Amino acid sequence: MTNETQFAPKKQSFLGHYMKTKLREAWNNKVLYLFMLPFMALFITLTVLPVITAIYYGFTYFNILEAPKFIFWDNYVRMFIADDLFMTAFRNTMLFAVILGPGGYILSLFFAWLINELSPKVRAVLTLVYYAPTLANVYVVWKLIFSSDTYGLLNGNLLKLGLITQNIRWLEDVTYIVPCCIIVLLWSSLGVSFLTFIAGFQNVDRTLFEAGALDGVKNRWQELWYITLPYMRPQMLFGAIMSITSAFSVGDQITALAGYPTQDYVAHTLLLHIQDYGGSRMEMGYACALTTVLFFLMVICNKLIQKIIYKVGE
Amino acid sequence: MARRYKKVNRSLGGDIATVLFLLLIGAFMVLPMLYAIGSSFKPNDELFRFPPTIFPQNWVTTNYTDLFVLMNTSWVPFTRYFFNTLFITAAGTIGQIVCCSLCAFALSLHRFPGNRFITKLIELALMFNGAVLWIPSYMIMSSLGFINTQWALIVPVFSSAMGLHLIRSFMTQIPMAVVEAARVDGASHLRVFWSIVMPNIKSAWLTLMIFAVQGLWNAGASIYIQSESLKTIAYALQQIISVGIARAGVGNAVTVVMMAVPIVMFVISQSNIIETMATSGMKD
Repeated sequence: MTNETQFAPKKQSFLGHYMKTKLREAWNNKVLYLFMLPFMALFITLTVLPVITAIYYGFTYFNILEAPKFIFWDNYVRMFIADDLFMTAFRNTMLFAVILGPGGYILSLFFAWLINELSPKVRAVLTLVYYAPTLANVYVVWKLIFSSDTYGLLNGNLLKLGLITQNIRWLEDVTYIVPCCIIVLLWSSLGVSFLTFIAGFQNVDRTLFEAGALDGVKNRWQELWYITLPYMRPQMLFGAIMSITSAFSVGDQITALAGYPTQDYVAHTLLLHIQDYGGSRMEMGYACALTTVLFFLMVICNKLIQKIIYKVGE
Repeated sequence: MARRYKKVNRSLGGDIATVLFLLLIGAFMVLPMLYAIGSSFKPNDELFRFPPTIFPQNWVTTNYTDLFVLMNTSWVPFTRYFFNTLFITAAGTIGQIVCCSLCAFALSLHRFPGNRFITKLIELALMFNGAVLWIPSYMIMSSLGFINTQWALIVPVFSSAMGLHLIRSFMTQIPMAVVEAARVDGASHLRVFWSIVMPNIKSAWLTLMIFAVQGLWNAGASIYIQSESLKTIAYALQQIISVGIARAGVGNAVTVVMMAVPIVMFVISQSNIIETMATSGMKD
């Protein structure tokens, strides 16, 4: 009895005790904090700080020459009321995000699954073939394919086959710009997520398939849904983040393809709108407000999609 | 001996359909690349001929020889651009591997206060990319004095959230018990890092290297660099073809050169990249 009271901790608040053990633990691991220092110092300066800077300047009028003037919500009000182009940019960004995010994601998953069925040598070659568009990054070539004169690959061959009677100005005609961009963006949408899936499919425990067949899995589609996908959830989460993040940052590809600005701004996106205000008009406050909007759009969509993917196969 | 697994739930018809379908879509995927390669070997008159073809009738290499001639007449010697790219790529890659590995070592193989929070913070950073934040980034770069120096391209690569995530996930394959045992035997953290962990994550290094090279190789006309003598080969090649239609042939040669480098690097390191990506998943 006396022994127990002897070793009981001194009267101390729970929180104080907790803080003390944590601090001691931290002190014992001080070398590890040094290990993290180079990365974290740069990460905070170059990744965290820009986010805070963007949010801060988003509430100001700032043209670089004069000191920033605090104007509270005006930038955001202006965006939705006085800026017609913003709505075009917003609509296009959402359109590309909806088509390229889920679309690119499902294409990546689908092709990785099919490629995984083949023998290792063929698999390696086809992985390269399907990933090559992301590697090569050659939007210039599409410009030649969609060229508006009769020497363009598409126009020339359509004319020869008699499908069209006059050359179509694919990248200058407002009805064709957005569809053309979508084709090219889908073509290059098998990115990092595709590689992740290729790797993920190879790692699935193969004995599960035999066990599944005994339990009544009848075809390859059921096998995919009931066995493979639930097994791959970690890769699917990572892949989703990669797809969505790139789907929201469409901009430079459009410029490489259809020039800047595109005819009547039909393919204008938020990233291009930011470049317009930040790079050309020097309205840094407004550009930062746009940045903040795009930033939160990306992060919130990512969080939502993660929630959905947790449900797969459950 | 490795066990051969029986294929269950597969039909011959389905397999054949799969291969045919993959080849058909595959042809669409490589078409622009083939077109670029084909065009780069066309004589000028074939570039503007109706109907257009993918491959030339007379294969010529004049576009490539013209490209070399143009390189030699540039205002800044072309080797200068080449070494700029080499320096940026090498410095960026080495720095990224060092910074990311050190931080990942602490995060993945040890428990200490703040570990979970920092891991979550870095995972959050995967959800947006640097392109969105270029305006605030530019402001910060300029207050650090990085504008018009190559550091503006190099340093951001060091603290890539993606690089850290890949290396950290790969490291979690190393059992914590191994690290703890070495610690009990009296090895310092640095010793464990250098002799046990680093040799085991070579695939992850290589993957980071490939991604970094891809990113930096295409870093052409950067907003951060104005001096001609600091610019990269990607920029110089783009300048050559910016003249437009008069250099259409040379332009195709440039496109082929630009895309060849990342593709060749990927082919060499494909198996290591796949091994790394297998561990890249996000748990919990």
